[in-house]
Amino acid sequence: MTSTALRSRAWKLLEMVTTPLLPSDYLDLVSPLRAGADLRGRIEAVHPETGDAATIVIRPGRGWRGHTAGQYVRIGVDVDGVRLWRAYSLTSPTNRQDGRVTITVKAIPDGKVSNHLVRRAKPGTLIQLDQPNGDFVLPQAKPAKVLYLTAGSGITPVMGMLRDIEFDDVVMVHCAPQPQDVIFRNELHDLVADKKLRLTEVHTDTDGMLDIARLNELVPDWAERETWACGPAGLLDAAEEHWTEHGVQERLHTERFRPSIAVAGDGGEVTFSATGKTVDADGATPLLDIGEEAGVLMPSGCRMGICFGCVTPLKAGAVRDLRTGEITEAEPGVLIQTCVSAAAGPCDIER
Amino acid sequence: MTAIDPTAHLTAEQIEELGRELDAIRDEVIASRGEKDAAYIRKVISAQRKLELVSRGVLLFSIFPPAWLLGTAGLSVAKIMDNMEIGHNVLHGQWDWMRDPKIHSTTWEWDHVSPSEQWKHSHNELHHTYTNVIGKDNDLGYGIMRVDEDQKWQPLHLGQPLWNFINACFFEYGIAAYDLELGKNLHKRRRKNPEFRARAKAVGRKIRKQVLKDYVIHPLLSGPSFLTTLAATFTANLVRNIWSHSVIMCGHFPEGVQVFERRSIKGETRGQWYLRQMMGSANISGSRALHFMTGNLSHQIEHHLFPDLPSNRYAEVAVKVRALFEKYELEYVTGPLPKQVFSAWRKVFRLSLPNKKPKVKTPDREQELVAA
Repeated sequence: MTSTALRSRAWKLLEMVTTPLLPSDYLDLVSPLRAGADLRGRIEAVHPETGDAATIVIRPGRGWRGHTAGQYVRIGVDVDGVRLWRAYSLTSPTNRQDGRVTITVKAIPDGKVSNHLVRRAKPGTLIQLDQPNGDFVLPQAKPAKVLYLTAGSGITPVMGMLRDIEFDDVVMVHCAPQPQDVIFRNELHDLVADKKLRLTEVHTDTDGMLDIARLNELVPDWAERETWACGPAGLLDAAEEHWTEHGVQERLHTERFRPSIAVAGDGGEVTFSATGKTVDADGATPLLDIGEEAGVLMPSGCRMGICFGCVTPLKAGAVRDLRTGEITEAEPGVLIQTCVSAAAGPCDIER
Repeated sequence: MTAIDPTAHLTAEQIEELGRELDAIRDEVIASRGEKDAAYIRKVISAQRKLELVSRGVLLFSIFPPAWLLGTAGLSVAKIMDNMEIGHNVLHGQWDWMRDPKIHSTTWEWDHVSPSEQWKHSHNELHHTYTNVIGKDNDLGYGIMRVDEDQKWQPLHLGQPLWNFINACFFEYGIAAYDLELGKNLHKRRRKNPEFRARAKAVGRKIRKQVLKDYVIHPLLSGPSFLTTLAATFTANLVRNIWSHSVIMCGHFPEGVQVFERRSIKGETRGQWYLRQMMGSANISGSRALHFMTGNLSHQIEHHLFPDLPSNRYAEVAVKVRALFEKYELEYVTGPLPKQVFSAWRKVFRLSLPNKKPKVKTPDREQELVAA
């Protein structure tokens, strides 16, 4: 018998010993970060970055597969006893020697998770993790010239890139309300001093919002640069339009942190068939929120439609995508993102 | 059923006001649920697992009498914790708000021969909705006993003290049979019903796993302590069964608890539903340790009013609920464990014999509503 077969036999026997629980339920008591456990991480430190942003140092469990610069990770944090999942960009370089990773979180007004992480998270706390994900990453082949166009916390995935790989010619245009709101400001200025980065800070409280047409003056050769842009929808919409207008849209890579929400209507009776709950939903509230309100165990993630952590089978009825207004009708195998879908009439969600 | 309706002095308006006051108590707990409650259940679960692990470890050496005693006591307590404060309450959805898939009513499985899914249906759905309604709530005597004067007497009831004792010893099997509605489903016509067969199969699988674990695997692992470990697990299951049976009998069987007729719940309002839960349940008074070991079902009245509130909050809720009982001049049936167990058993004995039909019935709610 091979060792794998032996191990699986041994595991089966262990399962008989621990039924109805699993051996892992007992192992989790002593070693929650071991190989083979559900992926978790332990918060080891919280470093303030600005008045409302902090970097969280996480020791991931042994099952962590590593990330590519620019990717995000979904984390599940218990806030006031309730497990909430969000996605945050990884800001640590991929080759960090001590095996830890960092995310950098900006507290947004009324943000339950972000405020908890920035202001209340304590070292030693266990959090749930997913493997890193996302395609807002650098290409295999090094581009000659790079532009990073960021605003606010949009700097976080780009910081992961900046720390990971050095390019010969990098320009960054970053927008924040005031100088003290610029996350990683000291480190950025160090890079500038070492001539590893050319940086333009736009302070929107004094300079106003960045007019994308000003790029010609700030970065005259912008059209020749491979560009990674991350920030609010307004900035990204303007950038996409600008790059398309000049016929260089293939050089622009964007990552959106907030979906633009389309006007929605309808609503209807939503059945969560696995739990047997039925509730009324309006046409503007994400089905994820509807389910959570009703006490259904809903998987969730970024809550903005990017991470696909919340996909669930749609068994009957129709839903509307809150970003595009597009209607999806139930068919065998149809999955919907509950965080950006609302009821478009009665529907049945398999949860 | 007592001859006099103990709620007759309440007007329809008062009953609805009572309902609103109870809703307010519930809202207050829900608004303040948080980190402390989550920490509580996690601590209990972790303590239960550790206790079970250590006890089973000690039982490996149960050939030595002190190890047998210690291990058996520990395992009995661990099984009671798993059954009462953890299993029963998690399966009620009391901890669903935490959104932790490992502590959730849809994923939890307990150390019990009845599969969670079936128990949730018969207990959460049937018993809690139709509490103490004759013919609707099978918990009323578990279909094998007569526990109210209004239930029809049959010669079979003569043996009910014995049935009740056997049921207490093998309570988890009794519950499994009860969840399957075995009495009804063993009829020739129903036996073949594919839905029933699937459920019976699920119970069979669960029983096989539990029995294999307790009576084969763990004794085998103990080697020379095979027989003593076997005896220890049997004893722990017996202790858990008798304990949970006693606690559960105290919930609805003691003297002073009301039962209701089918027609009395027609068109029942929220206030009336609450009132029925109040009059149909009984508490056990005692120390914090007692409340914990009963899974807080010692606060049965509060549990029946708010089955999905976290169990660790029933004690504080009980103070407010009791005040409402006083305000509305209702009898709050409670007492120490021995007294309540005795009272319930006395009823089982008393009603094994036929009795005269009581003269006055509980009023018909529908008529009352029309009158109001």
